[in-house]
Amino acid sequence: MFTYYFKLGLRSLSRHRILTALMVLTIGFGVASSMVTYAVYRATARNPIPWKSSQLFVAQVDNWGPNNNETPPGEPAEQLSYIDAMALQHAHWAPRQTVLYPLGISVIPDEANRQPEGVNSYAVYADAFAMFDIPFLYGGPWTANDDNGRAAVAVINRDLNDRIFHGQNSVGREVNLEGHLYRVVGVMDTWDPQPMFLDVVNTRGFTEPVEVFIPFTHALDQRFVTAGNTNCVSDPGVGWDNWLRSECIWLTFWAELPTPAATATYRDRLRGYAAEQQRAGRFRWPPNVRLHDVADWLDYQKVVPQGAKVSLVVSVSFFGVCLVNTIGLLLAKFMRRAQEIGVRRALGASRREIYAQFLIEAATVGLTGGVLGLLLTAIGMHGIDLVFSPQIARLAYLDPALVCLTLAVSVVAALLASLYPTWRAAQVQPAWQLKSN
Amino acid sequence: MDIQPIISALRRHKAGTILIVLQIALTLAIVCNALSIIRTNMERMASPTGIVEENLLTVMNTWVGSTDGKVLAPLIRTDLETLRSLPGVEDATVMNSFPLRGGGWSTGVRLDNSKEHWLFEAGMYASDDHALATLGVHLVAGRNFRPEEIVDGSDFNTLVIPPVAIVTKAMADRLFPDGSALGKTVYLNTGKDAPPTIIIGIIDRLHVPWSAAFADTWAEDVAIVPARLTNRYGDYLIRTRPGMLDRMVREAPAALVKAHRERVFPPHGGVRTFDQVREDAYRTDRGMAVVMGVVSLALLLITGAGIVGLTSFWVGQRRAQIGVRRALGARRRDILLYFLTENFLITLAGVAIGIVLCGVLNVWMAVNFEVSHVPLAYMGAGILLLLTLGQAATLNPAMRASRVSPVEATRPA
Repeated sequence: MFTYYFKLGLRSLSRHRILTALMVLTIGFGVASSMVTYAVYRATARNPIPWKSSQLFVAQVDNWGPNNNETPPGEPAEQLSYIDAMALQHAHWAPRQTVLYPLGISVIPDEANRQPEGVNSYAVYADAFAMFDIPFLYGGPWTANDDNGRAAVAVINRDLNDRIFHGQNSVGREVNLEGHLYRVVGVMDTWDPQPMFLDVVNTRGFTEPVEVFIPFTHALDQRFVTAGNTNCVSDPGVGWDNWLRSECIWLTFWAELPTPAATATYRDRLRGYAAEQQRAGRFRWPPNVRLHDVADWLDYQKVVPQGAKVSLVVSVSFFGVCLVNTIGLLLAKFMRRAQEIGVRRALGASRREIYAQFLIEAATVGLTGGVLGLLLTAIGMHGIDLVFSPQIARLAYLDPALVCLTLAVSVVAALLASLYPTWRAAQVQPAWQLKSN
Repeated sequence: MDIQPIISALRRHKAGTILIVLQIALTLAIVCNALSIIRTNMERMASPTGIVEENLLTVMNTWVGSTDGKVLAPLIRTDLETLRSLPGVEDATVMNSFPLRGGGWSTGVRLDNSKEHWLFEAGMYASDDHALATLGVHLVAGRNFRPEEIVDGSDFNTLVIPPVAIVTKAMADRLFPDGSALGKTVYLNTGKDAPPTIIIGIIDRLHVPWSAAFADTWAEDVAIVPARLTNRYGDYLIRTRPGMLDRMVREAPAALVKAHRERVFPPHGGVRTFDQVREDAYRTDRGMAVVMGVVSLALLLITGAGIVGLTSFWVGQRRAQIGVRRALGARRRDILLYFLTENFLITLAGVAIGIVLCGVLNVWMAVNFEVSHVPLAYMGAGILLLLTLGQAATLNPAMRASRVSPVEATRPA
């Protein structure tokens, strides 16, 4: 019976070519625009470390007070001052923790005829590698001893290892950063979390993979300034030491808290720290601290670009109009066949069978529209970089899941659109149609 | 024309009528919001930078090796001499950032440094006495910096703001609406101990480093202070002689590398003509405008097609009635007018609901996505567009209806 109705559907569709083409085009365009924008949204709204995102927390401590011009009312600054970041790092209240900041440093190749190249680099503590589940191809992280000893060691990524060490195991060899030699202790395997949650404040979440990590303690010794944002509400004064003593914010602090109980304890201690600063006279306001896990933090930092949300809303609304349009066209198409329905009913077809016939016909339209939509989605993927940065455009692609979703959405949408027209078709009174002929 | 019969006829076609009304309403809601987004983006893209954008080259330079200002200051001086001595170069300057670059310095501006709260936020450029000539901006009052006024400083965080500054006319007027800004004192830094700065020059216009929406309200509030920042990052702006831009894109970076090897130009955006800077800065705005335009067009086409489809169906259904009317003396144009009026009424209903939906969608988007409000004129344009579309889409089926012969009245439906 299914194949018979399917054939009937195809025949009916080919009979009213223009009407059919219109429906297929409508569904195709509607679903394609929704899928392309959804692909961008999915890429930017994803959780980069789902297995651990509820255990990794960014800490914020309000060191500016309520009367600053910089932060949204009531919110602490999005980064930490050196004073607060170091206090949390040294307090060691979490099993693992790290301060981090981006470095704008360059690799100087051994070959004298090659130009230095800038690398995407961060200063972190040894815990960072285990906290963020950074995979290693060769070697491993440096140790807490290296942190304490302010050692000139580095972890580099696979890409950089390919470029300067031709892909060999470079553990133990030296890499020249800014004119200083660093011993390679580990080579990361491909690691490119998107959004790059480690440093959302400075990257807005989308950037090239990190190529080099060096110890925070060593970076400070080298007086490497941050390559990211700095923000001051009062003049820090001249010189590096004044900079470290200032209330300027430029650091991010991550803590790994394995259980909700640990998180609650940590939050209390964080508040306790702020209260202590208030008692000491440094803060002239009550404690105002935050602890955001990865998902919260990405949300708080508005990592999903406005454009991705707006275009998703607009294209889903567009799809909605397409569906309303399809309902109208199906209604016209089905009701034109009132006579045919009347004859079929008079010859013994039940309402059920009328339902089956017309729903299958609609599903056929949906599937055809879906195939067209798939084609248009594939084309649309190439247009993403017209609207979004290359870093975001590279994250949106047509994968098997999206192919299935496109086809499924098309068929379901066509079926939903056909519910009312089919119901009307099933209501046709056989006697009326026969009589009028 | 009596609309009573039309309304009674529509009552018999509730479903189809509701569908068209709904479709028109949704289309209007989306199209007027899309137009509003297009307008906002176009306005932002059209906002002038104040500089002469032709024959301007930008080079983002990162020093490698030393971050010591004492080492970098002479290197930067040599670089500027190298650039200015190139045959294709008219003038060159070093800045901490430049218009539309994205990333730069801003500060709260105050007239009274005993108050912590500032009046407004302004973009800050640090540059030298060649800045105005290189950028091609014009003084409308006062004077340029003198070479001896240029100070060396590491970065804006630690820079002691110099005692003189040049500000844009927009910023001058915002501080002193009576036009008396020249020679007045402002505070371009935070804190109670911020040093005073005297406005020595006013330029007609200069854009902040940012092209994003957050700076829309202060895009032209800019101050230039006479400082060469000697940290790892600095941007060279190079005004080339006419016709020499393409050559300088290659030769200027090469000359810099020849003068000192230990430097990096970022692979993306390190060396760009200003046309490319503009292109990159407004990529998203332009792209969104194009997408919104395409979506609006597609929507109108689909809605138009939907109206054609349903009206054709109605005409087909009513051939007998049309025949009767014709037989009873209705002229062709009466039939034509009937269908056009019917569509007009349906569209009017759709538009009425659409206005409400447009407002609701706009408020929701404004709250969630910082989209600006739809101007009334855009709603008006959307309404006119849909009424015209409705009439145009109905025309063909209505013409066919008008050609129904009175004989049809005698045939069974």
